[in-house]
Amino acid sequence: MSATDTTRSEARQASEPSAWVQHWRQLCKNPLGLLGLFLVVLMVGSALLADFIVPYDPTQVMVGPRLGPPSWQNLMGTDQLGRDTFSRVIMGGQVALIVALASLTAALSLGLLLGLIAGFGPRWLDNGLLLVLDSVRAFPVIIFALAVVTLLGPSLFTVVFVVAITSIPVYARVVRTQTQALRDHEYVLAERAMGAGTGRILGVHILPNVIGPLLILASMDVPLVIALEAGLSFLGMGVRPPTPSWGTILNNGYNYIQNSPWPVIAGGIPIILTTLGFTFLGEALRDIFDPKLRKDL
Amino acid sequence: MSALLEVENLKVRFRSMGMLRALATRTSDPYIDAVCDVSFQVRPGETLGLVGESGSGKSTIARTLMGLNPAHSGSIRFDGQELSGLSQRAYKPYRRDMAMMFQDPVGSLSPRLTVRSLITEPFQVHGIRDRNVDAEAKRLLEMVGLSEDFAQRFPHQLSGGQARRVGVARALALDPRLIIADEPTAGLDVSVQGEVINLLARLQEELGIGMLVITHNLNVVRHISDEMAVMYLGRFVEKGPTEEVFHRPRHPYTEVLLSANPEPDPDARLERIEARGDVPSLMQRPQACEFHTRCPKAREYCSQVDPEVTTAEEGHTFRCHFPVNTPEGHDTGSRADGTGRSFRPG
Amino acid sequence: MTQASRAMTPNQDADTLLEVRNLSLDFGSPKGRIHALRDISLTVPKGRIVGVVGESGSGKSTLAYAIIRLLAENALITQGEIFLDGQDLLRLTPRQMRDIRGQRMSMIFQDPMTSLNRVLTVGDHMIDIQYRDSAPKEEKRRRAIEALGRVGIPDPESRIRNYPHQFSGGMRQRICIAMAMLVEPALLLADEPTTALDATMEVQIIDLLQRLQNELGCSILFVSHHLGTVAELCDDVVVMYAGEVVERGSVRDIFHKPGHPYTQALLQCDPGRIREKTRRLPTIPGNVPNLLNRVPKGCIFKTRCPYVFDRCHEEHPPQYDVATGRIDTEAAHTARCHLRDPAEESRDIEEGHLMKGGNEEESRS
Repeated sequence: MSATDTTRSEARQASEPSAWVQHWRQLCKNPLGLLGLFLVVLMVGSALLADFIVPYDPTQVMVGPRLGPPSWQNLMGTDQLGRDTFSRVIMGGQVALIVALASLTAALSLGLLLGLIAGFGPRWLDNGLLLVLDSVRAFPVIIFALAVVTLLGPSLFTVVFVVAITSIPVYARVVRTQTQALRDHEYVLAERAMGAGTGRILGVHILPNVIGPLLILASMDVPLVIALEAGLSFLGMGVRPPTPSWGTILNNGYNYIQNSPWPVIAGGIPIILTTLGFTFLGEALRDIFDPKLRKDL
Repeated sequence: MSALLEVENLKVRFRSMGMLRALATRTSDPYIDAVCDVSFQVRPGETLGLVGESGSGKSTIARTLMGLNPAHSGSIRFDGQELSGLSQRAYKPYRRDMAMMFQDPVGSLSPRLTVRSLITEPFQVHGIRDRNVDAEAKRLLEMVGLSEDFAQRFPHQLSGGQARRVGVARALALDPRLIIADEPTAGLDVSVQGEVINLLARLQEELGIGMLVITHNLNVVRHISDEMAVMYLGRFVEKGPTEEVFHRPRHPYTEVLLSANPEPDPDARLERIEARGDVPSLMQRPQACEFHTRCPKAREYCSQVDPEVTTAEEGHTFRCHFPVNTPEGHDTGSRADGTGRSFRPG
Repeated sequence: MTQASRAMTPNQDADTLLEVRNLSLDFGSPKGRIHALRDISLTVPKGRIVGVVGESGSGKSTLAYAIIRLLAENALITQGEIFLDGQDLLRLTPRQMRDIRGQRMSMIFQDPMTSLNRVLTVGDHMIDIQYRDSAPKEEKRRRAIEALGRVGIPDPESRIRNYPHQFSGGMRQRICIAMAMLVEPALLLADEPTTALDATMEVQIIDLLQRLQNELGCSILFVSHHLGTVAELCDDVVVMYAGEVVERGSVRDIFHKPGHPYTQALLQCDPGRIREKTRRLPTIPGNVPNLLNRVPKGCIFKTRCPYVFDRCHEEHPPQYDVATGRIDTEAAHTARCHLRDPAEESRDIEEGHLMKGGNEEESRS
């Protein structure tokens, strides 16, 4: 029958091109998103391959003159101890990436868990969790960081810990709201009527619908975390010298800005580019995956 | 034949306000009765239609039967086993024998699952591993008249009618003995409504399933059900064999409902019997007969005394002091006794 | 109203209020263009109620939104004209269009909450809508109360102070109708105004529209998928399928002598027409064609039509006058079906045979 034929061809249309190909095509139409993707790939790539890229050991002193300007030997000049700034910036990127990944992974998984519990659990549990989460969120980040540094001492772990704890409430709140919206959705009711248990409903039917927006949110939080790490390191509460970090590069350069502007410029540019890159990419991803914000549909 | 599902004096209540607010406003009864004293039976191979407007409690009955809302009082017996008061865990085996289809054809399917996963999910949920899932998926798709191409589609790629067929396949997966269908034709075009009704009728004939169909669409009830019950504000106002109720409705509300069904014929300007105003809120349930505030035949008596359940003939009952279409041939409601009111608004 | 636009319609009938001519509209989507409306022509005479019937995806609501120019951003009108009192609405600036919306036409929606702001009282809404009028506020308020009383809101003096959520769905729809009527429009567009309502409310709203139309003498374009309400309310009917007008005529022509197989099938499918109890209902097998990036060649209904023959696959049917069989777009009853061509007379198949007995199996798709 001809009706069957038309539906067959419709089915074929529906199966190709795949969703990922379509998303990629949409991203190609968004120049800022592509720029973001390029910057993010550059940052992540240089951080992963840092050991092969760096021309000098970033902690080795006197590989050039003190506070020297950029030259063919030292692409971004040297700092007050004669260390190669380019090598330090690349290695600093690795630190920034580690901090961002570790803290966001921790925050995401805990936020997801708490959000699901609060959103799907009984009301008293929801109220209790909300109270805790809101108290954490109300606490100023810097004061909290100071307290943690005093207790644990400045280190990479401290930075990760501070960032993770302060980000959990944000993610948990988002997940909770979404879970609550989905919980009363007819398909969840249908699953319950069929006999599906809470674990299955949360894992198979709610989680996949919550995780997409959450990952996009997290990608837009990466620059915030990097800036926070730089800020804490700048204040001497983050990564301990001689480990290079964008924040410490800035801090050191700041002290000698009258002698040479190069270390400050070299430390500032990667922070700006990474921030822009993740923000552009995050916004582009949000536009692609959230059809409600899409203009052309 | 003995009944598959037997419901007796079922009552479902919801909290209308918090405990503190009830104390503050001195409300002695902070509950609303969504379903009141409802009794019915569904036999294998037969269909009971529940008709009523929004807020009549018909969907609440369905959800209570599936154990999604607790019953306040009364009994629900499935195959002789008492279900009310069971824990969620104890309910699970009954969810194999009773399947429910929800109103929204697309919205009641989990959006990230393919049709194949959706229709084979019941096997996973109930831990049935001895069946060949691929073969089952094929069998179910064929049963509801969908080609195999559909197996890899997602719900948003389906039309309303196709999604409804997937819903039917899911409901049938575990060979249930009772299907509860909440508005099976809602949101479907007229040309597709027939498909779904025919499908349900065929499957019922082949498999001998008992069905409870909940709808506001009288045209659907007429063609699909053997027996029907009319609900108003949580109560059955009339119940009987479908043809009986259509031809000789006894309750004025049934009559209003039947005449509120516009004919697709421009020359059929029938004398319409209309109810005044709006359905009252469940929080302000009218005294005595619930329908007296809107009833075209209401008298003062109706607002003072609860009507009893009266039997018209075998299996046909109603709850009204002044029934219409009585066998004596006179319409008790038209007697001029000073309390009868005009029924047109304005 | 400009002289130029008047001059463009010299043969404008004095009794015509609204005329849509050859309107086509596309929707942009990530996958391409959807040709949602194609070559739509219809007229709404003064003081008549015209029903637009069709199933989901027929474009009937899009047509109403195009007339009042409240389309989504991705909609693009590719050709055609919409004349109201001889003035082409598509040539107006947004500002002029706003004036038309406030004075000459108004619209009621499927969901009354769409047009009501939940933080304003009903009184605020109803006084606000008279903003054009220079009358004192007290006078506007009095008019608002009168309008509410006229649409059957009990106790309007006190209920005018209530918020929209304090009313039931049916009452809200009455309020929307009262608001639409306050501006005394020449044309009222009603987009499925009773679909979200219960049966007893539905008939009340139909009665209300009929009564108000009698009192005010306005025209109504009534968009609905419900054949029963259209039969009861409308004078003329336009049947749409997949973005095309397949048939139009008076309500009696359409319901008693349908000229297009789609109209015939639609009428047969309505379970409200089937008196005897049956478990096999008629259906229209198949699906609405996909309008993405292309329009199927020939007749739009060919994939589901029981009478389909060679010509339907090749030639897009023009509007035949059902009475004479001539190609005549101006005729009182037209249908886009080659069977109406006298040359195909030998093919005439006895009516009513189609899709009897509910071939549910064949609808497998």
